[in-house]
Amino acid sequence: MQPLPIDPDIVAECRALAGAIADSVQRFIVDHTTVSIERTVLRAYGIEGVNPDGVPLVNTCVDRYHERGLLGWGIAFFLGWALVRGARTPQEAAEELAYGEAPGLDLGGDFRPGAELVAQVRRALAQPTAEALARIDSARAARQAARERLGMGPDRDRPRDGVLLPPGPPLKYVIVATGNIYDDADQARAAAEAGADIVAVIRSTAQSLLDYVPYGATTEGYGGTWATQENFRIVRAALDETQERLGRYLMQVNYSSGLCMPEIAYLGAVERLDMLLNDAMYGILFRDINPRRTLCDQYFSRRIIARAGMIINTGEDNYLTTADAVEAAHTVLASQFINEAFALRAGLREEQMGLGHAFEIDKALPDSLLLEIAQAQLVRQVFPRHPIKWMPATKHKSGDIFWSHRVDGLFDLVGVMTGQSIELLGMMTESIHTPFLQDRYCALKGAAYTFTAAHHLGDEIQWNPEGRIVRRARQVLTQARDLLAEVAAEGLFSAIARGVFADVKRAETGGRGLAGVVRRAPGYLNPLLEALEAPC
Amino acid sequence: MTAPSSSHLVRAYGDRRDDGRIQLSFTLPVPASARAREAARRFCEALGLRHILVATMEPAGRDFSFFVVYASAEVAVDLSQVEVPEVTVPQWSFKEINQLIRERIGRKVVVVGACTGSDAHTVGIDAILNMKGYAGDKGLEAYPWFEVHNLGAQVDNAVLLARARELSADAVLVSQIITQRDVHKDNSRALIELARRQGQRKMLFLLGGPRIDHALARELGFDAGFGPGTRPHQVASYIVAQLLERQGR
Repeated sequence: MQPLPIDPDIVAECRALAGAIADSVQRFIVDHTTVSIERTVLRAYGIEGVNPDGVPLVNTCVDRYHERGLLGWGIAFFLGWALVRGARTPQEAAEELAYGEAPGLDLGGDFRPGAELVAQVRRALAQPTAEALARIDSARAARQAARERLGMGPDRDRPRDGVLLPPGPPLKYVIVATGNIYDDADQARAAAEAGADIVAVIRSTAQSLLDYVPYGATTEGYGGTWATQENFRIVRAALDETQERLGRYLMQVNYSSGLCMPEIAYLGAVERLDMLLNDAMYGILFRDINPRRTLCDQYFSRRIIARAGMIINTGEDNYLTTADAVEAAHTVLASQFINEAFALRAGLREEQMGLGHAFEIDKALPDSLLLEIAQAQLVRQVFPRHPIKWMPATKHKSGDIFWSHRVDGLFDLVGVMTGQSIELLGMMTESIHTPFLQDRYCALKGAAYTFTAAHHLGDEIQWNPEGRIVRRARQVLTQARDLLAEVAAEGLFSAIARGVFADVKRAETGGRGLAGVVRRAPGYLNPLLEALEAPC
Repeated sequence: MTAPSSSHLVRAYGDRRDDGRIQLSFTLPVPASARAREAARRFCEALGLRHILVATMEPAGRDFSFFVVYASAEVAVDLSQVEVPEVTVPQWSFKEINQLIRERIGRKVVVVGACTGSDAHTVGIDAILNMKGYAGDKGLEAYPWFEVHNLGAQVDNAVLLARARELSADAVLVSQIITQRDVHKDNSRALIELARRQGQRKMLFLLGGPRIDHALARELGFDAGFGPGTRPHQVASYIVAQLLERQGR
């Protein structure tokens, strides 16, 4: 498509400002760890299991050291110490940390381990760390091999040479949310058979606020299904079986967000998930999770996601459910630049950054479609290598499913025309219930029609340089630049506290999970993070 | 027709009065086939429908068929027997509402709102309370004579009531979007019970959401219920009218 005539210098300015914003937070991030990061480290070392009350072993270990003010040394230090003292496996060491005579527990916050001990601990962790990385790497290789062997449908080239998503019409992304993982698996199969490329299992609504990952297969959830390692396996197995039958690779999505963001990133990595909802600010704004906690957690989770070759989906679409989509369009763009900046600092490639936005403008406004086109094309163009995630109307929908279905038709048309990469299909029953199997079917059939019918429409488009669309795109870009300049001047924490994004105000020391943020001790040990941070 | 003259029988209107034509769509967990189509027809027959036309059978996945059906429903409803408790809301404007509070109540009306339980969807409560409002109708925050506290999502019933007490709230607004397995009803009923036990039932309790209506809200123990499409000024008017009525008593 012919690009919109926007000023590339303003785009460059936005990127530089977002970089400065991320850098100032990055200084905080590298000085801290969190209970969820430390639990992830244990999971990566293969620690599994829950106690009879359902409390994961990784929580019991981490909480025990956190209560004594020792977590700043890194749980890996103590795990390694237990190995040095004779534990035969990391699992045995973790059980000692949780229930036994754990090393270092009585030392108090100001202890300083000798150089000899540190060296021994590092040696003891070398093999477990290599194995942890191998688990992530082999899952990545298996995922990529399946993608390259099966291809991703007739509309796009077979992925090769590590390409994650070959170009083509938007990938059709649908959600399932029954609460019962076995029903979810059935619905995932049916959706794939009806044409879906990507299936997301929505999480049970309260899960983002749990400070532990539930365990095992689950059959009860509200507004969705619990994200557990076993549930990931059940859906992946259903998709593995279905993709062989259909002869095209099927992608699985879950949520690396909330208080367990990095743990879910790890579980998703080893269970071969393809995409994770993962946003630097979403949890802060929409789940009232403490800003410091979220920003630390997003860094570590993205380090894992980068290594695992997964794609993140950011959540800017949500801004428009609380703020107005016309007035706040520039906050979406600004946030995308910030998400990009954080993602780059966590080692993600641009091809892994599914920056989000949405078709949420009030349908009663004159020329609302033109405004949507302006935004969609602007985002596409400003982030050319990124697998942009395009979300449907949710706010301006109604119980009139026939009208809503038509709204989704326009949404699909703009999606294919402006080359959005991943499209979460709109549901005609959006404001009524979690989608029925037939709702998903109708959405898939409608999208397939539109994507086929308008496959090359974008190639035919030339913009009126003085027209409404160009004017709107320029305006949004300029406003985004001005906002980023403001945020850069005052700092991200202060901007969030002021309600710059989504009209939601969150204080730096408010929200859930702050108690789980710990300043790193001078000898903080995390060999896994060191390996993830090392240039590949 | 032998019905008394006061009765008013209505049937579904398709193409002609009283033809009873309706459309319905549903999924059966069987692969699409001639047998599935016949099963769909019989399913509609079992519903008491006649002149059944299965307009389409779509293979919605290997093991599921999706149907769109047109049929005649013989049943009629006597409109004269239908009574629906509706919230009666005065037709007051933004200006009038503020003026009424200023002149007749003489202090700000305090409103506390939340999505309770595990519900994380703030769209509804935000539409009513946030400055921006909904469909061009300003939210209660925009009213100078309302003091609004939007507690957001996933608020525990006990926390909501504690805040309402602290703030001496006049009205408590609860939004419930998630309705899976009737969680909205259980949770809302529990709120009212708790309010009664704590002696807070004198406050106005309003329930809103896409699957809420006034009758359901009353059944659950609320003062009023507001369904989809409710405008903020209707909620504002209702609260003010109720407060004035209580004052008058």
